[in-house]
Amino acid sequence: MDFSAINPALLIASLMVAATAVMIAAIGELITEKAGVLNLGVEGMMITGAVCGFAVAVGTGSPFLGFLAAAGGGAVLSFLFAVLTQFALANQVASGLALTLFGLGLSSLIGQNYVGIRPPPTPRLDFGPLSDLPVVGPILFNHDPMVYAGLILVALTWAFLKYTRAGLILKAVGENHDAAHALGYKVIRIRILAILFGGACAGLGGAYISLIRVPQWTEGMTGGVGWIALALVVFASWKPWRVLLGAYLFGGVTVLQLNLQAAGVAIPAEYLSMSPYLITIVVLVLMSFDRSGAPASLGRTFHASQ
Amino acid sequence: MIFLEKRPQPSKTLSYITPVLAVLITMVAGGLLFAILGKDPVAAIRIIFWDPLFGEFAFYYRPQLLVKGGPLILIALGLSLGFKAGIWNIGAEGQYIMGAIAGAGVALALYPLEAWWIFPLMILAGALGGWAWAMIPALLKVKFGTNEILVSLMLVYVAENFLSAMAIGAMKNPEGFGFPGSRNLQQYPSAHNTEIIAGSGMHWGVAAAFIAAILAYVLLNRHLLGFQIRLTGEAPRAARFSGVKPARLVLFCMGTAGALAGLAGMFEVAGPAGQITTGFNVGYGFTAIIVAFLGRLHPIGIVLAGLLMALTYIGGEAAQSALQLPAAAIQVFQGMLLFFLLAVDVLTNFRIRITLGETA
Repeated sequence: MDFSAINPALLIASLMVAATAVMIAAIGELITEKAGVLNLGVEGMMITGAVCGFAVAVGTGSPFLGFLAAAGGGAVLSFLFAVLTQFALANQVASGLALTLFGLGLSSLIGQNYVGIRPPPTPRLDFGPLSDLPVVGPILFNHDPMVYAGLILVALTWAFLKYTRAGLILKAVGENHDAAHALGYKVIRIRILAILFGGACAGLGGAYISLIRVPQWTEGMTGGVGWIALALVVFASWKPWRVLLGAYLFGGVTVLQLNLQAAGVAIPAEYLSMSPYLITIVVLVLMSFDRSGAPASLGRTFHASQ
Repeated sequence: MIFLEKRPQPSKTLSYITPVLAVLITMVAGGLLFAILGKDPVAAIRIIFWDPLFGEFAFYYRPQLLVKGGPLILIALGLSLGFKAGIWNIGAEGQYIMGAIAGAGVALALYPLEAWWIFPLMILAGALGGWAWAMIPALLKVKFGTNEILVSLMLVYVAENFLSAMAIGAMKNPEGFGFPGSRNLQQYPSAHNTEIIAGSGMHWGVAAAFIAAILAYVLLNRHLLGFQIRLTGEAPRAARFSGVKPARLVLFCMGTAGALAGLAGMFEVAGPAGQITTGFNVGYGFTAIIVAFLGRLHPIGIVLAGLLMALTYIGGEAAQSALQLPAAAIQVFQGMLLFFLLAVDVLTNFRIRITLGETA
């Protein structure tokens, strides 16, 4: 066993990378849930985004276009969910599950010709001499653009929900859709937009895994990250900054267990690989005492006749 | 202008028609998908849905229908109880794995002893393994109000990791020349889940599935507990006033689902699969969710839906070899089925009205 190989600064830096995908997906789901819609299809949208982004990035040679396509792919899939739940008034839990099952199948269908290919590398943002600073350099100034994009997304979402009129309306729709409808807000339209945003974010998160984190395409490569993103929203009590905190906690556990595996700890790798899921359960239990943040209309179907 | 008007009562007729309608729409959409993939859609649909039943090699495929349908029906029956009451156990895949590990564990511990009681003991262990795994989300939900959807799902990944740990660790075949995977239970007569009628595909797990369907039917239609399950799903407030204890219901529904999934896993590992391997689970626990909904959460419906879903698996494999149709295409096909089912379901609860001009 050799723990000296584990460098704290590099650990934090890789923790930020490990957390980015789940963070972006969770922020998208947070907006969706704030509008009162529970979309359990995050895993399906992430994996679809992962394969769309991968295919386009390989095809065009541009990771940027890849991420764009991933957001589009996730949004298209989430639109199916929107049609089911908002127009056909289907059960949201069942529809979300359908989305995940469908997304997993669709992604392996699209991705079958991309196994074993390397995607074009995403360049790191260049901060010049800043990245050479000790400790701070690798943590803050030596990442790919998506790590920063994720942080900006958290900040923007926080500001949107706290300071803008649109954010207020979104929350109103999520808290009490009948009242929002009575005030003249288009409940269905707002919810569809929120669902699409959630889908786009999930797609981006998925593409982050296939284009930067891993980077390659394998079937089912998201491995439950979409579900962890859902858990993260509960953990965060529907607050954006706590999504950030939760994502870093999750990233920390993931990176730590990978480091422990590499350091050759006496625990078999399979048991270490369980740890992110087990910790998610523990966190869910701890957080289930505080349900104050949950939008009151979460998961309820809205139909104007009622 | 088209709008939806809520029916005073869900339409009984349509609730029977919509699953059939969904299957037909899926066939059309699936045909389109196959055409996009450059395969002859009519041939593909025929190979998937017709040939396994009535084609030249039907004698080979028909038993497979029971082999694949058995676990799907068993798991879906358990899930349907919870789904009816609004309890969402979606971790059946994990419970299936744990049941298999528990059942195989008993057999491997007793190897090479031969005795009549080994197989019954394995059945018990399989049910207990799945039950215990389902009790984790159930107890957490009852004690702390933790979301059972997320916990049961997280436990699938834990169970998968545990399965690989077992396959390359504790349960590895000592005479397996270092290959991962346990001893093959098919070569251990006391533990082998044999076919009841040779060549029919009818092993003990299939029998268990049909027995479970009958019991579920009796429970839901003739027993107070079944009434309470239905009442909780349709009117939770009324259920509470009438003295239904939600906690008890959660424990019962999750526990039953877990035990049935565990049984399915145990029968699979002792029969068709034969051994504990890293890739032992093939997604029956998730496909069973589609089966439960397609069967309208009704025991008889689930038996039919389970057989239909088994047909798509078998036909899908046949289409893979005959048309080089990718394996994932069938997965997409199954996913689409649930989509269309949920979409056409709106007709059961709502009427579509078309009016001219403004509506209030």
